[in-house]
Amino acid sequence: MGNEESVFFSRVLTELTLSFHIIYATIGVGIPLMIMIAQWVGIKKQDEHYILLARRWTRGFVITVAVGVVTGTAIGLQLSLLWPNFMELAGNVIALPLFMETFAFFFEAIFLGIYLYTWDRFENQKKHMLLLIPVAIGSSFSAIFITIVNAFMNAPQGFDIVNGQLVNINPILAMFTPAMPTKVAHVLSTAYMTSAFVLASIGAFRLLKGSNHIYHKKALLLTMKIGLIFSIATAVIGDFSGKYLAEYQPEKLAAAEWHFETKEGAPLMLYGVLEDGEVKYAIKIPYALSILAHSNPNAEVIGLDQFPEDEIPPLYIHYLFDLMVTIGMWMTALSLIYVLGTWFKMRFVKSKWFRWLIVLGGPLSIIAIEAGWWFAEVGRQPWILRGIMRTEDAATSSGQVDLMLLLFAGLYLVLAIGSIIVLTRMFRKNPVEQELADRELEKEGELR
Amino acid sequence: MTLEIIGISVLWLFLFGYVIVASIDFGAGFFNAYSLFRGKQHILTRIIQRYLSPVWEVTNVFLVFFFVGIVGFFPKTAYYYGTILLVPASIAVVLLAIRGSYYAFTTYGGLRQKRWTYLYGLSGLFIPASLSIVLTISEGGFVSEGSAGLELDYWALFTSPLTWSIVVLSLAAVLYISAVFLTWYANKANDEPATELLRKYALIWAVPAIVTATGIIVELRDHNPEHFSRLMDLWWLFGISFILFAGTVYLIWKREMYGLAFGLLAGQFLVAFFAYGISHYPYLLYPYLTIYDGFTNEAMAIALIIAFIAGLGLLLPSLYLLLRLFLFNKDYVQGKRDDHA
Repeated sequence: MGNEESVFFSRVLTELTLSFHIIYATIGVGIPLMIMIAQWVGIKKQDEHYILLARRWTRGFVITVAVGVVTGTAIGLQLSLLWPNFMELAGNVIALPLFMETFAFFFEAIFLGIYLYTWDRFENQKKHMLLLIPVAIGSSFSAIFITIVNAFMNAPQGFDIVNGQLVNINPILAMFTPAMPTKVAHVLSTAYMTSAFVLASIGAFRLLKGSNHIYHKKALLLTMKIGLIFSIATAVIGDFSGKYLAEYQPEKLAAAEWHFETKEGAPLMLYGVLEDGEVKYAIKIPYALSILAHSNPNAEVIGLDQFPEDEIPPLYIHYLFDLMVTIGMWMTALSLIYVLGTWFKMRFVKSKWFRWLIVLGGPLSIIAIEAGWWFAEVGRQPWILRGIMRTEDAATSSGQVDLMLLLFAGLYLVLAIGSIIVLTRMFRKNPVEQELADRELEKEGELR
Repeated sequence: MTLEIIGISVLWLFLFGYVIVASIDFGAGFFNAYSLFRGKQHILTRIIQRYLSPVWEVTNVFLVFFFVGIVGFFPKTAYYYGTILLVPASIAVVLLAIRGSYYAFTTYGGLRQKRWTYLYGLSGLFIPASLSIVLTISEGGFVSEGSAGLELDYWALFTSPLTWSIVVLSLAAVLYISAVFLTWYANKANDEPATELLRKYALIWAVPAIVTATGIIVELRDHNPEHFSRLMDLWWLFGISFILFAGTVYLIWKREMYGLAFGLLAGQFLVAFFAYGISHYPYLLYPYLTIYDGFTNEAMAIALIIAFIAGLGLLLPSLYLLLRLFLFNKDYVQGKRDDHA
């Protein structure tokens, strides 16, 4: 297998691993916060339902964490196995956050074990909830540290290269790149948003499938509220991300927006297709790109004409970008309508079709996460480390990458099927009504 | 002490931690499967599940810590080992993944089938086997650096007696460590039949563990004379390790102080592991890479060491809490409490 093939298969395998891992990772970052909120509301309102909500989410969470842990281990090792040249360089400059991530994860793993096995051990529910705080902090910090590494790949700094040698290395400066604040904020808020919508989707589905229990209605309203808050946050952060790109990675923004010529008062292209280098059927919003990039309708936005041909990312990232933004906007609107509708006691929010839309929102949010990461990664091409190292120079020279691709594809298939079967079975065998009745009996037994 | 030595010592200590906790885990899975096969599952399953449930996730982190740390402290290892280990490390990761997820699936998801118990038990033997190959490769002689880059000679690797003795040692050690620990744990749980059965396993596996360990030293004489002579310089460390080994076996034999027996075992492995590591110095990979030419820059090394100390400050109390709540909590160990979500 020639080097070109190794590069190709290394890219495919990395993309496969990340695309699979990110589903579990996103849920893994977001759900602890949801559990914490539910448990807290339950304690505050003295409402058994919310406590049970936290408890049932925890059970499901353990399964997704398990898959997240093992796929995370896979990507952690694959970075060195598939991109040894990149990791040699990265190890010198950006190893610190990678190292700290293992600590954050360690912390999370320990307290998750404790939290999981100490339900009912404490008289005071609040004490038990405290154990969840390190879990939530650990998982969010894992995301922060890993995103810092990704930010570094987009806007490397904190070192100089003199005659091919790395000098003046500053690990702290490498962590706090210009890309870091917007990227970290975006990853966190979308993780919370997606987790909320995935849980809302499950609640809506139960309501559609016959259960009319108040438990599910409480779950639905709570998660839609949280989803709304974080989707608004995501939109605000998205605006800052646009400004970051315009300043530091103009080629990524230009490729995503099909903005070919540098000009002032640039319009924003929504949707459309590209035919022989011409944009067709697009919705053109005048001045919007200039506003997004510089908060000024007349500002100049750098176009692709400023970059050599071989440093321009693939133009199909426009579709990924649009997909991500569209779903984000759609979910913001949907959750806003639901929350307002519930507030003003409008009947349509309880109708079947509206609940189906909420059910659809879960998978859509996951698709948005995928599209966002594909956009982030493909949009950085041809670089693995922007301006410093090309992806093709970073890959392994090993000839067995194609076999490994098959091996891992099989693994992910097994994990996906396994986790879906286990999760559905877990909740089908023990529906909420059953569990509430059991707990009632248990309590009576204790009183006697 | 140079930064290089601090770095490698920290990593080696974590690898040692992984060897111990993972061995307990792997061995437990195997004994569980074996007892099912022999129709004695009722004796062991409860005790093994009770131990594994709250800690299984933590085990994995030791390994992740090691390989992230080594790329941080010694970035050149990413190039050398990353290129060479694509196939063996990928296989190990796939096995680890299947094992970890099925543990969660069966324990929390109620997916209980005999098939999975067997698969789970066997994977616990294949993982140490595939991971131990890295130690064999590090001895040199299987890697060549040509114009196309680094090349691993699989044929030489899989026909070398050294490879297979290290594989056998890893298996024997896994089962031995695990059996000794679980004997102690079962005894704490006042579970007489389980203690007796595990004690028997511990005594059985003590023999191959010590025999293969000695055999490997002899084989290194031919394979890597330089390493062998350095090993001989440290004969007294191996002597201490052997005395500790004898102490463990004696206590287990006499059915006395199982806790101390496990402590001596940990000491035995710690001393031997570090004696091996010290004799390997300064090479990370014979003869290509030493800890000096593979080392990161000073700024990063200091940052990593500070992060490490801060991290330990966070982890040690948490680990202590975990152990206190489960491992050393009488009610939990004896099965009087089960507060699973």
